[in-house]
Amino acid sequence: MANVFTRIGDWVNERTPGLMPMYRAHMTEYYAPKNFNLWYYFGSLAILVLVNQIVTGIFLTMNYNPSAAGAFDSVQYIMRDVEWGWLIRYMHSTGASLFFVVVFLHMFRGIMYGSYKKPRELVWLLGMLIFLVLMAEAFMGYVLPWGNMSFWGAKVIISLFGTIPFIGQTLVEWIMGDFLPADATLNRFFALHVIALPIVLLLLVVLHIAALHEVGSNNPDGVEIKKGPKGNRWDATKPSDGIPFHPYYTLKDLVGVGFFLLIAAFIIFFAPTFGGWFLEHDNSIMANNLVTPAEIKPVWYFTPFYAIVRMIPSFLGSAVWGVLAMFGAIAVLFLLPWFDRGKVKSIRYRGTGYKVGLAVFVLAFFGLGAVGAGITAEVIPEWFGNVDLTTWENLFGRVMTILYFGFFAFLWAYTHFGWEKTKPVPDRVTMHD
Amino acid sequence: MTKLMKRIIPSIGLVVGLLVGSMQVQAEGPELASSGASVRDQASLQRGARLFFDYCVGCHSLKYVRYSRISEDLGLSEQDVMQNLNFTGARFDDPIVSHMPAESATKWFGKDPPDLSLEVSAKGDDWVYNYLNSFYLDPSSPIGWNNTVLPNAAMPFPLAELQGEQTAVMKPGSDEVEKLTLSHPGKMTPAQYQQATRDLTSFLEYASEPAALQRHQYGIWVLLFLVMFTLLAYVLKKEYWKDVH
Repeated sequence: MANVFTRIGDWVNERTPGLMPMYRAHMTEYYAPKNFNLWYYFGSLAILVLVNQIVTGIFLTMNYNPSAAGAFDSVQYIMRDVEWGWLIRYMHSTGASLFFVVVFLHMFRGIMYGSYKKPRELVWLLGMLIFLVLMAEAFMGYVLPWGNMSFWGAKVIISLFGTIPFIGQTLVEWIMGDFLPADATLNRFFALHVIALPIVLLLLVVLHIAALHEVGSNNPDGVEIKKGPKGNRWDATKPSDGIPFHPYYTLKDLVGVGFFLLIAAFIIFFAPTFGGWFLEHDNSIMANNLVTPAEIKPVWYFTPFYAIVRMIPSFLGSAVWGVLAMFGAIAVLFLLPWFDRGKVKSIRYRGTGYKVGLAVFVLAFFGLGAVGAGITAEVIPEWFGNVDLTTWENLFGRVMTILYFGFFAFLWAYTHFGWEKTKPVPDRVTMHD
Repeated sequence: MTKLMKRIIPSIGLVVGLLVGSMQVQAEGPELASSGASVRDQASLQRGARLFFDYCVGCHSLKYVRYSRISEDLGLSEQDVMQNLNFTGARFDDPIVSHMPAESATKWFGKDPPDLSLEVSAKGDDWVYNYLNSFYLDPSSPIGWNNTVLPNAAMPFPLAELQGEQTAVMKPGSDEVEKLTLSHPGKMTPAQYQQATRDLTSFLEYASEPAALQRHQYGIWVLLFLVMFTLLAYVLKKEYWKDVH
């Protein structure tokens, strides 16, 4: 038998001479630093979730009806009458939320270990583009079930473009294809969600990985293994601190996959709505432009950005500033490699100012999330009694907004003026366990 | 193994903490008593179904639920369902649709009685349970009834013959209801009525998501498989990584 497989393999290889070299370059002869820790699981997990979204998404499209009249019913049809439809839908809806969990952690890893720095700026930029497309993809996917929160969420988010001077209102109507989110909106969002954006997403993921493998992976020490000593058990010319991605990291990632699937399966089978965080209660009511939900709020992963829109007051007769600030919050992340002038990559060897700054940034991100999710609106009266909610919520939210953007300003000044006192970076990677 | 345990136990603790913690935050709205409803209690589901078809289906549909599905999921025979639950002459595979004409409903109650297929998904089981326990006589309301959970509800109270009649005790000097007292007992004791509404809530929770039964059934096996898978993957990884220092 082995002989047959070898001959088939040879037959294929003769006709595609680039295949095996490519496999080797990216798998068995891609040398990754040997000191990856827990934070390095989230890249492969993001790919796993992406594949899950595509596969379950294909099965959902087989039974979903992209029309204002039929969408809501077709989701219930999937949940009740399609064989295993409930599982497919819960895998897709849970996957969407876990995609953001994984991507946020993956991005935080990049920030923490300076993986955006030279020579990996392009890896970071491509990653940020993935994040941007992922947000668009998630937003449009959220509209498709055509629940009441889908409808009102879409209306509020699309209306943000209406704040743009002169062309705003026209732009909003152009995006929706109507004066309200309607059949036309649903149809185009469906097309974008299942075809256009996934293609872009896949292309960007390929480029992200290609760009990474060109320069090589960073690691928790921020040490360039390519600049260190050469020669390992597999190749005399390759970095001594590198190990082949396959089988070492494929197997290690498999353990991560196991853990991740345990959490995902627990949610899918025992808490698919996740207490209203992953699937919101108001989305069990069909879209109705006459009934506004008590509280319109986006899904949890958009809440920090949504909070920024809400916190920025309008002035000069325009509300566009909040929208600009929201996009600004993502734009500053794009520019992170240029805000940070420091040469030391990993948080392990960076100054105290950087560590405090990053902690404050994380705090601000969660604080904004709490504002956007309506948690502050609940907690402030509970903790402080009969105070003016708007005043206190705005105060809190604005301080958090300032801290969010302040992190980038501080990081630039801190590194540009040489205030950072870094620790010596080791020559070789260190193993902790 | 101890090193593994040292890592796994805090991770599991963290994950469980985050899961439970984030699900707690969602508590919102007025204080509601816990319904105690459970879709895993088949007897409760059967009693709830009986109540639904005796008291609710006259006005409310469950348009996403089929009679045949109820038979399958609640352990009732086709004959049981068709004789004791289906009073509308629908076929076994038909969805549960109330025969009340929408125009008359709108004329009688001011609005069309809502379909209840997704009521528990939309409002929560506690809300439904509390709603069913919070009707009181209100002469100022056009239908004679009011409700503390949903003030000025358009719904009359068909379960009054079971619970009896509650009257509101107002807060002194205000028109806010302080509490409800049973002024005229019905066929059931308060405890029996609470159990009946709990059953009804269980049934409506089931109607919101029949898949919950399958979820619970398969979930544990999937988790067990994944525990085995993860352990095997870990052992395999450990073996391969022996020579990495």
